[in-house]
Amino acid sequence: MASALINVPARAKHGEIIEIKTLMSHIMEPGYRHTADGVVVPRDIITSFTCRYNGVEIFRTDLFPAIAANPFITFFTVATESGKFDFEWIGDNGFAETASASITVE
Amino acid sequence: MRNHDESTRRRFLGLAGSAAVMGAVPIVTLRPAEATPAMLATAIGNVVGAAVVRTGKVKLDVPPLVENGNTVPMTVSVSSPMTPDDYVKSIHVFNEKNPQPNIGNFYLGPQAGRAQISTRIRLADSQKIVAIVQLSDGSFWSASADVVVTLAACTEEVI
Repeated sequence: MASALINVPARAKHGEIIEIKTLMSHIMEPGYRHTADGVVVPRDIITSFTCRYNGVEIFRTDLFPAIAANPFITFFTVATESGKFDFEWIGDNGFAETASASITVE
Repeated sequence: MRNHDESTRRRFLGLAGSAAVMGAVPIVTLRPAEATPAMLATAIGNVVGAAVVRTGKVKLDVPPLVENGNTVPMTVSVSSPMTPDDYVKSIHVFNEKNPQPNIGNFYLGPQAGRAQISTRIRLADSQKIVAIVQLSDGSFWSASADVVVTLAACTEEVI
């Protein structure tokens, strides 16, 4: 159901600063909306996003209802060695998704 | 020729009808809950504690006028060398008038190379956005921006 879009350069020079762009499809229901009957639409958001580079955590985010639907997050890192980026999204109602991308560092 | 015309008109009417039905499904209204400047101050206090927050070093990029508060692009960048002994530890973004004062916390390290993050946020009203940055030496720096929102997030009215 859920799906991620990851943009990591396939190859980079050693020591180069690279940009990582991530998007996870998610409704991000803020939990502050009501239906016409006055029933609260329960909160359903992603609460945490983590990026690991060859197992080492390089970036982490706490998300709140003020993050727009389909959270899009970009950040930077230094390309130090070839390997893998692992991304993890955790949210309400047991939401847990992972994705990964590999990079070749020359 | 005539048949072709009719079929496109029928298709158009059918599409318009189903669009109207789909538009009516998400019937939701906003509870008149709103963070106050006091809640903003409390949320900032939870992060910085008793430390002094200075302005500068931080650049908060938000469009000054947004049409749709449901997705507002936001970029925070910090002028920092990002070396192992002088780097940005975390970036915290707050708002003044959404139901909740927090927007997001972003934790970085010296390996980031460049202290810059982007995301898309929701704004329920025209308001002030504040970004607070913690550096590795424990100091806090901030920047703020005022945004005018035409269509607020989460205020869909019952049709």
